[in-house]
Amino acid sequence: MAHPSQLGFQDAASPIMEELLHFHDHALMIVFLISTLVLYIIVAMVTTKLTNKFILDSQEIEIIWTLLPAIILILIALPSLRILYLMDEINDPHLTIKAMGHQWYWSYEYTDYEDLGFDSYMIPTQDLTPGQFRLLETDHRMVIPVESPIRVLVSAEDVLHSWAVPSLGVKMDAVPGRLNQTAFITSRPGVFYGQCSEICGANHSFMPIVVEAVPLEYFENWSFLMLQDA
Amino acid sequence: MSHEEKLKNYRTAPFDARFPNTNQTRNCYQNYLDYHRCNKALTAKDKDPAPCEWYHRVYKSLCPIAWVQKWDDQLEAGTFPGKI
Repeated sequence: MAHPSQLGFQDAASPIMEELLHFHDHALMIVFLISTLVLYIIVAMVTTKLTNKFILDSQEIEIIWTLLPAIILILIALPSLRILYLMDEINDPHLTIKAMGHQWYWSYEYTDYEDLGFDSYMIPTQDLTPGQFRLLETDHRMVIPVESPIRVLVSAEDVLHSWAVPSLGVKMDAVPGRLNQTAFITSRPGVFYGQCSEICGANHSFMPIVVEAVPLEYFENWSFLMLQDA
Repeated sequence: MSHEEKLKNYRTAPFDARFPNTNQTRNCYQNYLDYHRCNKALTAKDKDPAPCEWYHRVYKSLCPIAWVQKWDDQLEAGTFPGKI
């Protein structure tokens, strides 16, 4: 989850998010280097007493400051396209879950075997127990088996919503009448938080998403218990 | 693989090359249609509708429960817009 005064991304919990994190570090470093260079040149030019009124052209520097940016752009584009194609890989999911957006809660359906469906409402601030996170906790979490490819089909029952979990590198719009597919694998067990990412009315900020990744046996126990409660 | 084996090893709807992109709406709807068409065709010929169970599992995996309920109600009422 996000931390107070956080500047960077949340810790990655999926391989794709790890790649995105590293790519972002790479691209941002290039941006910092270029900005520092430009700032230095500006300061140097503004603070010098030297003048030269007789330069007309220079082939060498023109070649350098054309080639170098082209090379830098290629160095950014190649890892970027690599990740883009990685995200598009055909995956073979072990489990399909439907995340349906409502005003103002998510509901999850696990219908590969039995018909398991439940709603996931935010826990109001006054009902939080010590240690829980304000505006992020829900009464029922979307539990998944760890290290298994999961397919999530996102849709909505009323207005536009968006299902997002930053630490998994996932965001997918929930459109009424449309079924949008996204997939991920969690690299480690844990609890991962997200929030609705498309304005959907008064309580848009109060319909969070909680994904809990657990070992397979725990997942099987949980789904058995949830089916009994239903 | 026989259809019993395919169903025994069923985990979830597999990748369908007809629907390779993000929008899986048609994947859900097509399997729903195919299940009912398969049932109708096989029972019309007095054959065992067991092979149709595959489409049933796939649409159950992919389609939201509310959509399936709505379509089932429409089928019962005779107002389902698709061609079965």
